[in-house]
Amino acid sequence: MATKIEELGGVGVCLHRKEDERFIRGKGQYLDDIKLPGMLHMEILRSPYAHAWIRSIDVSKAKALPGVVAVITGQDLAAHNLAWMPTMSGDTQAVLATDKVRFQGQEVAAVIAETPYIAKDALELIEVDYEPLPAVVDPKKALEPGAPLIRDDKPGQTTNHIYHWEVGDREATERAFREADRVVALETHYQRCHPAPLECCGCIADVNPATGKATIYMTTQAPHAVRTVFAMVTGYPEHQIRIISPDIGGGFGNKVPVYPGYVVATAASLLLGRPVKWVEDRTGNLISTGYARDFHMRGELALKGDRIIGLRVKVLGDHGAFYADAQPSKFKIGLFHICTGSYDIPAAFVEADGAYTNKAPGGVAYRCSFRVTEASFLIERLVQTAAYELGMDPAEFRRRNFVRKDQFPYRSALGWVYDSGDYHRALDLALEKLDYARWRREQEEARKQGRLIGIGIASFTEIVGAGPSHTFDILGLKMFDSAELRVHPTGKAVLKLGTRTQGQGHETTYAQIIASELGIPARDVEVQEGDTDHTPYGLGTYASRSTPTSGAAAAVVARRVREKARKIAAHLLEVSEDDLEWEPGRFYVRGAPEKGKTIQEVALAAYTNFPQGLEPGLEDVCYYDPPNLTFPFGTYAVVVEVDRGTGQWKPLRVVAVDDCGVRINPMIVEGQIMGGLCEGFGIAAMQQITFDEQGNCIGSNFMDYLLPTAWETPRFELYETITPSPHHPLGAKGVGESATVGSPAAYVNAVIDAMAHAGVRNIDMPLTPDKVRAALEEVGLAE
Amino acid sequence: MERTITVTVNGKTHTASVEPRLLLVHFLREVLNLTGTHIGCDTTSCGACTVLLDGVPIKSCTFFAVQADGRRITTVEGLARDGELHPIQQGFKEEHGLQCGFCTPGMMLVAKALLDENPNPTEEEIRWAISGNLCRCTGYQNIVKSIQWAARRMREAPAAGR
Repeated sequence: MATKIEELGGVGVCLHRKEDERFIRGKGQYLDDIKLPGMLHMEILRSPYAHAWIRSIDVSKAKALPGVVAVITGQDLAAHNLAWMPTMSGDTQAVLATDKVRFQGQEVAAVIAETPYIAKDALELIEVDYEPLPAVVDPKKALEPGAPLIRDDKPGQTTNHIYHWEVGDREATERAFREADRVVALETHYQRCHPAPLECCGCIADVNPATGKATIYMTTQAPHAVRTVFAMVTGYPEHQIRIISPDIGGGFGNKVPVYPGYVVATAASLLLGRPVKWVEDRTGNLISTGYARDFHMRGELALKGDRIIGLRVKVLGDHGAFYADAQPSKFKIGLFHICTGSYDIPAAFVEADGAYTNKAPGGVAYRCSFRVTEASFLIERLVQTAAYELGMDPAEFRRRNFVRKDQFPYRSALGWVYDSGDYHRALDLALEKLDYARWRREQEEARKQGRLIGIGIASFTEIVGAGPSHTFDILGLKMFDSAELRVHPTGKAVLKLGTRTQGQGHETTYAQIIASELGIPARDVEVQEGDTDHTPYGLGTYASRSTPTSGAAAAVVARRVREKARKIAAHLLEVSEDDLEWEPGRFYVRGAPEKGKTIQEVALAAYTNFPQGLEPGLEDVCYYDPPNLTFPFGTYAVVVEVDRGTGQWKPLRVVAVDDCGVRINPMIVEGQIMGGLCEGFGIAAMQQITFDEQGNCIGSNFMDYLLPTAWETPRFELYETITPSPHHPLGAKGVGESATVGSPAAYVNAVIDAMAHAGVRNIDMPLTPDKVRAALEEVGLAE
Repeated sequence: MERTITVTVNGKTHTASVEPRLLLVHFLREVLNLTGTHIGCDTTSCGACTVLLDGVPIKSCTFFAVQADGRRITTVEGLARDGELHPIQQGFKEEHGLQCGFCTPGMMLVAKALLDENPNPTEEEIRWAISGNLCRCTGYQNIVKSIQWAARRMREAPAAGR
């Protein structure tokens, strides 16, 4: 018999997704599906050069093309002080270039026309006279004396250096390295890649000339923050701005920033008094919008016996032409200082420098909580390297250095307080499910036959769910989030939140929280997000923060509503509130369980028969400021076979143990983990945005920027442990990014492990066959 | 300059005058307002724009509308009949074969072409069939399971698959 919670579709139930119904019928409403009366279409002219002065722009021929309504250049925007805009990292970014272009694909001009085809035709008629300049695409070269100066627009900026940043105790760390009996180092480049959601970015700006109301449909993961930023940047009154984020075809961090196209389309609509739609093409998306990673890292472990006593990291961040990382204001390289990972390391120190290069800006958290992926990758690769140097099994080395279960809450050397964890259990489960010992034997046997098998492990710890507000803000906006719950007279409810789903299944999971907490079946709860006129303020969905923040808010607001419902139930049952017991969906009198009122009966009474002195209605709102972040963790174990002839490698097994605390909808959680394992595989194997010496982007389309297909993507075997978060109202942690964060190191560790006996210690991602083949040749393993 | 074409889309015949350069995906989305067919890459790589042309999957972002003159097109909107979901649509829901939903119409149409020809495909055959369609959310495993679910249902009740 189904339990009450199963009937309600509450927390823990694998409820089918409510949102699926429209998507499988082709009735989703993504940005490009929206058409407004009188709508115009905008296309953007992009720079073919990575670095060049703009001598002149002649738009006369473009303007003369029938169907063209307007052509906008940087000079036009400059007249309204809109040629530049602030970034999320305290820098500025050109909206349309006025002086020079600083990366290939930079926005130079925009055409607004009656149809997209005419707008595209007109782009070809714009004549731009460029004076090419030497470009620099390597951050190390960018910092050398005499390198071309990229940001000559910034007063006092005489080099391409952006920042120097330090965290941790330098002295204590140096001491640990002096005391060490062995130091292990790893230098690696976490390549530039792009989140590439299947839907590109776009907007429809609709400024009503009569009312002045600016309604902007936008592919954004953070509609409220965007509204405020628009108001602050333009001076446009915030109540006159409405951002609507419709169905989103994947975001993965790429849809967090405010892009020039949004600003230009809005300016155009304001100017022309008509709605203006802009949808970028895939090349525009790949060459100009938020890239991810591009971190050059050097990590060192100080070892004493088999224990890690110190971690020292140097990072050089390649930020492109504008420092526009999407990250909390307080940090220069996001939350990279989670890089002690799952290990109890007494001393650690990180220093980072950032450089401008002639590449696209961005630095978004690609399915990751602000540079946590880079941090996790580095420590998991380092730990394996250390195990090899000690001649120890990498699993055993991890086990000996893990933060122990009894150490939680655990304060790391770099200042984070990990909420909960049981790293040994996750590792042991992964090894058991993989049958690790057997694979080690197989590896030995295979070697004798001339075959290369490798086993890679990653025991990651993430840090997700920002706030708390005392530490986290975006451009000054504190990182709380919200939920507003209204129960209607017939017992159906609407839940509105400050986050925005892009495929995560919020319409289902948030309803499940209400089902569990208030006893209203999930099918009777409509979840609304993404419209700033109709949802409470919040910072949006990225960095795995929805469940830790808005999910918590949903639980808290439901409990508040339940407390009000208790008063009404007491009134209806003519007993004291203290005499009432609660079971999901019903109050009953203690000692007389047959005497009770359902939440639906109470809801009706809230509008028809409420006690004197009590406000009518049944609704509340919660702005939830989390007391801490959540720290999901797990162990991924991968077995690969490497082809000694071609350098190709193939995962034979991928075992994933994830612990994200209490799972609200296990089906959705597993879906997200599999998606992340696939992206992790793509990053390890093929995804990279690279550039030639002139700054031409190699990877500007899906024929050059490779993404994993169903054919090469491995099968995943998923397992779980559950260690609740002690501070989250449901015990839940974020999970949407765990596998993207944790798995690249597991794949790479496996490939390296296949060749480690011959001395291979590192190959930089992506592990393309040519690079693996070169490594095989170097150690004499190539066939 | 414009040419008149007649195309049967989801069983309904449409005649329209179009520019020869108009892409089929734009014809479907802009002229017929069938927005379930999506655009993801412009280069025939991602498959979000997949439709069936006389039962065969094609990528409508690199196919001119005039090439479809006199032909029969099936889009995602043509899968359900009289409001009743096609088993493939049901399968995607049952097995959590979608997250953001953007690749889903293309995936389902490729699956339909596969199952129409091969009612009992192996996992390998399914993976090969959908390998021209990218999904960024799911990692494909549940898409494979969704198609397997649909194949089972269609074998049990062939009428459901039509």
